Amino acid sequence: MIELRNLSKSFVTSDGPVDALRHVNLTVKDGDIYGIIGMSGAGKSTLVRCINMLERPTEGSVLMDGRDLGALSKKEMQEMRRTVTMIFQSFNLLMQRTCLQNIMFPLKLAHMPRAQAEARARQLLETVGLPDKANAYPAQLSGGQQQRIAIARALATNPKVLLCDEATSALDPKTTHAILELIRQINRDTGITVIVITHQMSVVQEICNRVAILENGTVVEEGDVSQVFSRPRAAATRALVFPEMAESDGLAAESGSQLIRLIFEGAETTQNPLIASMAIDCGIAASILNASTRAVGGRVYGYMLLDIPGGPDELAKAVKYLSGTPDVTVQVEVEYAAKEAGK
Amino acid sequence: MNQFAKAFTPEKLSEAWHVFLTEFPLGLWETVYVTLLATLFAILLGLPLGILLVTGDEKGIRPMPKPLMKVINVLINFLRSVPFLILIVMVIPLTRAIVGTSIGSVASIVPLVVAAFPFVARLVESSLRELDPNIIEMAQSMGASTWEIVFRVMLPESVPSLITNFTLAITTILGYTAMSGAMGGGGLGKIAINYGYSRYKYAVLYLAVIVLVLLVQVFQSIGTRLASRLDKRIKK
Repeated sequence: MIELRNLSKSFVTSDGPVDALRHVNLTVKDGDIYGIIGMSGAGKSTLVRCINMLERPTEGSVLMDGRDLGALSKKEMQEMRRTVTMIFQSFNLLMQRTCLQNIMFPLKLAHMPRAQAEARARQLLETVGLPDKANAYPAQLSGGQQQRIAIARALATNPKVLLCDEATSALDPKTTHAILELIRQINRDTGITVIVITHQMSVVQEICNRVAILENGTVVEEGDVSQVFSRPRAAATRALVFPEMAESDGLAAESGSQLIRLIFEGAETTQNPLIASMAIDCGIAASILNASTRAVGGRVYGYMLLDIPGGPDELAKAVKYLSGTPDVTVQVEVEYAAKEAGK
Repeated sequence: MNQFAKAFTPEKLSEAWHVFLTEFPLGLWETVYVTLLATLFAILLGLPLGILLVTGDEKGIRPMPKPLMKVINVLINFLRSVPFLILIVMVIPLTRAIVGTSIGSVASIVPLVVAAFPFVARLVESSLRELDPNIIEMAQSMGASTWEIVFRVMLPESVPSLITNFTLAITTILGYTAMSGAMGGGGLGKIAINYGYSRYKYAVLYLAVIVLVLLVQVFQSIGTRLASRLDKRIKK
């Protein structure tokens, strides 16, 4: 189990100190595939580097199975880094060494005898599906293959935790899918804990069971993937789940009418002609300003931004009607009265 | 033009040919071994210094005290800015202390090394700085020590670039040997100056220049070929 407790990190730059992380608290359980998602500059890379102490937190602590990683001696730190390994966006393979030698690299650092290290490396080449690339150089491989070798290298020392820093961001969608599938399979086979840093929603949707949303160095939302994405509370989460929705926020502020946001979950709801029924049952002809659906973890989620004509009474009626539908959450975005009072 | 033609009359050419046959073999040998030995020693001194410049940097993998790095940098810049001709004279006491004399091919190695090692240090520095910092971070994330990062990552990954830069060093040092040859050293430089400058035998001088040019070509093409053969980033 990994616990981040009140973790803060600030950098001193020429423009003064910059807070990359502010009081982050997270718990990653053994065997989790934990996603940390955020826009660029949110502090994801700093956060993941604090977990293996490549960056020293300014404040707070990282506990691994209860042990404070900040208090490790130099030797203990080297040993810790064999149990918490990392893969990167740019693969970071040694370009002058063969794939086999790349995988053997961490084993050599751990002083494993050569023959044993080579046997282990060959076995890992099998695991990642590239047994014939032992003597190939990284430059001869595709991006996806290079990342497979990097994964094999990261697994060489039998780590307990695998940190993935934007590991699929440089790959095309198909290769991304294959690499994520490999990570998931390794997680299933070995029970390794995986922490995935990404800016891509699709990556979190595909393999993570837990997710934390990072914005400006703080965790704004955290929980089970299906829960967080189906009912995104924080604006940053909404922006990630439905980028179109974030854009429509500007629309809402301008239009001056009363807007409500529907968030629905499950395929049944998606198939239900809700807006048409409301028109028939309540006589409210809502206009749809924006809508989108998305599959998260096998379930369909969607949202709709509706403009409700009329006054507060119609609004209340619409909210009541829509709230009565199962699996639908209604949020009032802009109230007519409030808008009037503001003028 | 008349003057020029006079330097290349048949008898002048046959005289030059005679010098070529009798004195050039020794001169060539002296030039080659002085160049190679001076380069070797310059690398022995310059390589560790270049590594220190990169690793000891403020943002390096093992930052050294800033004042120390400052002193090293100033010293390197100082040695690099002294004109070689003057440097030869400046290090005469050092040359005498090491070799016993300041005259001859062996003695000329000392000023060559003093002039070349700061140059090599800068070349090594630039080679190592070319390396993707992400690769070093990768090694750190696997618990590699400073020592392991230098010898298992930085140097092996920089081999092609280092060879290219060492080739540059060797050809530059070769050029310097002509100067040290004129200042009491041996080799083709001495022959070119003695005959061409002191006795107006331009044909000999030109022959010496041709041989030096060929020598540079040989060193350069060996270096280039070696660098590209050893570079595994090139798809074959």
